[in-house]
Amino acid sequence: MVNGTVIPLEVRDLNAWYGTRQVLKNVSLAVRPNEILGVIGPAGGGKTTMLTCLNRTLELAGGRSEGIVRIEGESVDKVDPNELRRRVAMVLPLPVGLPMSIYDNVAFAPRMVGVTNRRELDEIVERCLTQAALWDEVKDRLDQLGTRLSGGQQQRLTLARALSTEPEVLCLDEFSIAIDPVTTMRIEAVLVELKKQISIVLVTNLLQQARRIADRTAFMLLGSVIEEAPTEELFEFPKDKRTHDYVNGKFG
Amino acid sequence: MSAVPTPRRKQRRVASAASRYTEKAIEALIYLCGLSAIAFIVAIFVFIGREGLGFLVTHLVEMLTSTDWSPTQDPPVFGIVALLAGTFWCVGLSLVFSVPVGLGAAVFLSEFAPPRLREGLKVIVELLAAIPSVVWGFVGVMIINPGLQAMGARIGLNGLNGAILLALMTLPLLVSLGEDALRAVPETYRQAAIAMGATRWEMVWRVLLPAARRGLLVAVLLGVGRCVGETMAVLMATGHSINIPKGPFDPVRTITATIAAELGETVRGDAHYQALFALGVLLFLITMAVNFVADFALRGRRTR
Ligand SMILES: Nc1ncnc2c1ncn2[C@@H]1O[C@H](COP(=O)(O)OP(=O)(O)O)[C@@H](O)[C@H]1O
Ligand SMILES: [Mg+2]
Repeated sequence: MVNGTVIPLEVRDLNAWYGTRQVLKNVSLAVRPNEILGVIGPAGGGKTTMLTCLNRTLELAGGRSEGIVRIEGESVDKVDPNELRRRVAMVLPLPVGLPMSIYDNVAFAPRMVGVTNRRELDEIVERCLTQAALWDEVKDRLDQLGTRLSGGQQQRLTLARALSTEPEVLCLDEFSIAIDPVTTMRIEAVLVELKKQISIVLVTNLLQQARRIADRTAFMLLGSVIEEAPTEELFEFPKDKRTHDYVNGKFG
Repeated sequence: MSAVPTPRRKQRRVASAASRYTEKAIEALIYLCGLSAIAFIVAIFVFIGREGLGFLVTHLVEMLTSTDWSPTQDPPVFGIVALLAGTFWCVGLSLVFSVPVGLGAAVFLSEFAPPRLREGLKVIVELLAAIPSVVWGFVGVMIINPGLQAMGARIGLNGLNGAILLALMTLPLLVSLGEDALRAVPETYRQAAIAMGATRWEMVWRVLLPAARRGLLVAVLLGVGRCVGETMAVLMATGHSINIPKGPFDPVRTITATIAAELGETVRGDAHYQALFALGVLLFLITMAVNFVADFALRGRRTR
């Protein structure tokens, strides 16, 4: 609890392994309500693995974990994994338009939980596409295949799909790695708008992206969180020398 | 002054001409290989067609309207409706078994089986594919025959028996082509569905099967093509009785079985002989049409 409010997502002493190789070491992090938590660090540091612990997909990737992950104070092990994945939405690095219509892409998850009313689905589709800044571009061709959209549009479609489950926490894993700078900026603006309603974990390979929109930022290196601080503080006055070197481009 | 460069230039021209010739020759050879494949198919069709096409054209109405196939009677009757019915009955009935089982096994292998089990099962499936047709015929006569009789069939050699054999024979094709089609679906589709809270089954049902439907359709169509042309097993197992089947336990006879059983008894060039070749032409056209549709489905890009 922070000032009496429930912490949306909290990780405490999390360890993870692929086989016998440990890739997360006593990771502790918390996402506060209505904030963007940036996570930065060189490749292979365990950022993606940490995210897979949040929605319990680590085992599907062949790993296992020990430690505490809580969503709104409740251990994720006690939540049905499919339910959990609707509450902790995930946007993966590569844009994925599923091979069905744009409409069906966004209506996919609501349909799975039993929404069949056409007007209700219409509303969800419009709301999510609008939130993802894609509505204006596709509203006249919702029955077109999602796979036909450009990369940047598909990543916004992916974001719209993630929002269709009305998640409490939205996680993004290096979402801009395969898309153009203009779309990247548009999605960043979307995220700033979204955090009024939900909490966001933003794993990013772009230091400047964390700096632009993250409220707090954590630096991960070789499976450990080295330092976590308000973003400006982490970039301007890092306490750890390794953080200092990384944010100043001295290694990567 | 120009005495030195001239021979050099000539030399160069000769060399490049030589290499151009080898290139041309190789090109021609490759072209020839491609052509010969087509030529064989054309030659086969010409051979069957020369004996049967004329008969097919002149007797088409009789063949397609009569259910009576009595080629040795005087005057002979060449109705093939019952034979066509026998063929499509067996093929259709076999699909009822082979499609759910084959594609189900493909889904299991590609999505649910642990790697060790998958490799083991694939070896078994490949062994299944190596069993010759005539051995399946034995299985039909010695195992399925008494089995069906125990289930209440008057005659154990019947359409259902042939259909079961055809299903078993096409399973390997369906399983391996089906698995290929499913594995060709990008991993990111699976991850995206799971990330939205889909269960494994929902992911398979709502994303994987629709995404792979072209490849799966091709697998089924190639299976159909194989079934239509299958001879020995159905000859042995279907009861060899010219009959429009009214139920699965009715004995039937297929086009292939008719050709195989009767060709030896004919006199070269007589009406019966020509009629059998006409059946061959028909068979050829049917399997070609099926393969053509499969090819079209595979190449088509339009999905809506
Ligand atoms: N499915 C996997 N199986 C085995 N090792 C993996 C797997 N995924 C990641 N790893 C390893 O775990 C470590 C952390 O990877 P990852 O979490 O992807 O880091 P990051 O996202 O920070 O680049 C890396 O050394 C990587 O090679
Ligand atoms: Mg990563």
